[in-house]
Amino acid sequence: MRKFSLIQLVLVVAVSLAAYAPAFAGSLDVFKGESGVLKISGGTAHIPVMKDVAKKIMVINPDIQISIAGGGSGVGIKQVGEGLVDIGNSGRIATEEEISRYQLNLYKWAIDGVAPVVHPNNPVKALTKTQMIDIFSGKLDNWKMLGGADRKINVYTRDEASGTRAVFWKKGLDKAQMTTGAHVVVSNGAMKSAIAQDPYGVGYVSVGHIDASVAPVALDGVVPTIESVQDGSFKIARGLYSNTKGEPHGLTKKFIDFLYTTDGKKIIEQRGFIPVR
Amino acid sequence: MKKIGELVAERAFFLSAVASSSITIGILVFMVFMGLPLIREGGGYHLLLKSWSPYQGSFGIYPMIVGTAAISFLSLAVAFPVSLGCSFLIATIAPKPVSRGLRRIIELMTGIPTVIYGFVGIFLVVPLVREWFQSGSGMCVFTAALVLGIMISPTMTLFFSDSFDRIPRSYLDAADALGASHVQKLLYVMLPAAKKGMLNGVILALGRAVGDTLIALMLAGNAVRVPASVLEPARTLTAHIALVIAADYESPEFRSIFACGVVLYLFTMAVTFLVRYISYAEDRKP
Repeated sequence: MRKFSLIQLVLVVAVSLAAYAPAFAGSLDVFKGESGVLKISGGTAHIPVMKDVAKKIMVINPDIQISIAGGGSGVGIKQVGEGLVDIGNSGRIATEEEISRYQLNLYKWAIDGVAPVVHPNNPVKALTKTQMIDIFSGKLDNWKMLGGADRKINVYTRDEASGTRAVFWKKGLDKAQMTTGAHVVVSNGAMKSAIAQDPYGVGYVSVGHIDASVAPVALDGVVPTIESVQDGSFKIARGLYSNTKGEPHGLTKKFIDFLYTTDGKKIIEQRGFIPVR
Repeated sequence: MKKIGELVAERAFFLSAVASSSITIGILVFMVFMGLPLIREGGGYHLLLKSWSPYQGSFGIYPMIVGTAAISFLSLAVAFPVSLGCSFLIATIAPKPVSRGLRRIIELMTGIPTVIYGFVGIFLVVPLVREWFQSGSGMCVFTAALVLGIMISPTMTLFFSDSFDRIPRSYLDAADALGASHVQKLLYVMLPAAKKGMLNGVILALGRAVGDTLIALMLAGNAVRVPASVLEPARTLTAHIALVIAADYESPEFRSIFACGVVLYLFTMAVTFLVRYISYAEDRKP
């Protein structure tokens, strides 16, 4: 009787192990047995993906602590270069000078579009590129001229350390001088809530951040979506990078490697970005 | 034995006074030192009177100086009447239990973190201002000054009511005996008698308004342009420092924020000296 129950117990354990196996197997296996702290900061476009990955890892292994902070691409590069964090994210490629000064290793893991956005109630949901340049440079300053309400256009932009701003300025505005009257916000998240609050505002966010609270604006007839960014018809796009100082190792390396696995790519896709093959 | 103890205490207090005052001076020296290369290159003139457009190589902080002055003085204009009314109510009109309760609430208000004021401002005041005035985004000088004024008024109120409390009882009794109304008592007895303490409250509140970063950053819109009206966005020196500190350490943008620091420092110092001088001149009047 006793023996039998032992066999039963073994069986139960074996069966349950088999049942749990798929959850343990796969890309997250490498994190088993690891412990330590991983600090990430920088680009705010990256944050949704970073959070999802961190959550997955920390559920599997509570001994790993991952902290994620924003600050913008400039901050990410600076902080990783100075050894304050393990991974510094940037939504732009680090400059030659930054790479050589900090001995950075760049890992591009996704492609992201930067889309102009307005409040969902705004009737103006399509612009030509010229109109957009005129709006952001302050030449066009009333929604009436575009078929909207007779109200001043409130332009929102990002701070100088923002990679999103750098890309939008270069590829969306053809480096036109942005109006000095533009409101400045400090992250993709803050931009989204500012536009979601202001029915007469216009700004730009990473395509991965667009949800029902803001409406993307079609540019020259092309609606910014994952598909249009992927097939290249929506032109304002950039890479998302994770940077390390020197060669990554240990937890840092495993984290970055995970972004290139099937599971990692699935998260990247779910968050509205195009994973790098 | 007692003498030695006294001597030690005296020395210790003297040293701590020297330490804290030299830290204040040290900060100024450090900021001037760090900002010096830029001041030498472009000249203080460019820095102080030109506009900010880093892509064109212009790092002037003039718009931020105007923004700081506009927002802080406007917030003072909001806070002063509110604080005066509150403190007068607490000190004179309200019955004892009410005034004690009010005082407790105002003391509590001084401890509320600024981020909460900013947070409430974004979701409550910004949409209201946008719809009332039917212009702009609601993130503007007016909104920031309004919320900042509310934030600094508890400090001011406490200072005011403390200086009202210090007025000799006999003055108030004399006014009562002459049949003065509450308003007459305030205007002709309390205000002149409490002037000095009130000035101190104003300096302290102005210092908080000038030094505050978060409310300006969250509510003023941070546009780098001299605001043409109070409904336009503006950027304060403190918000500017917070926004630019994220830039590359080696860039001229980054170095220019030390100049902002110096200006901010001198600004508060000038206001403090001015108010001190006023109260000093008041004392010397025959």
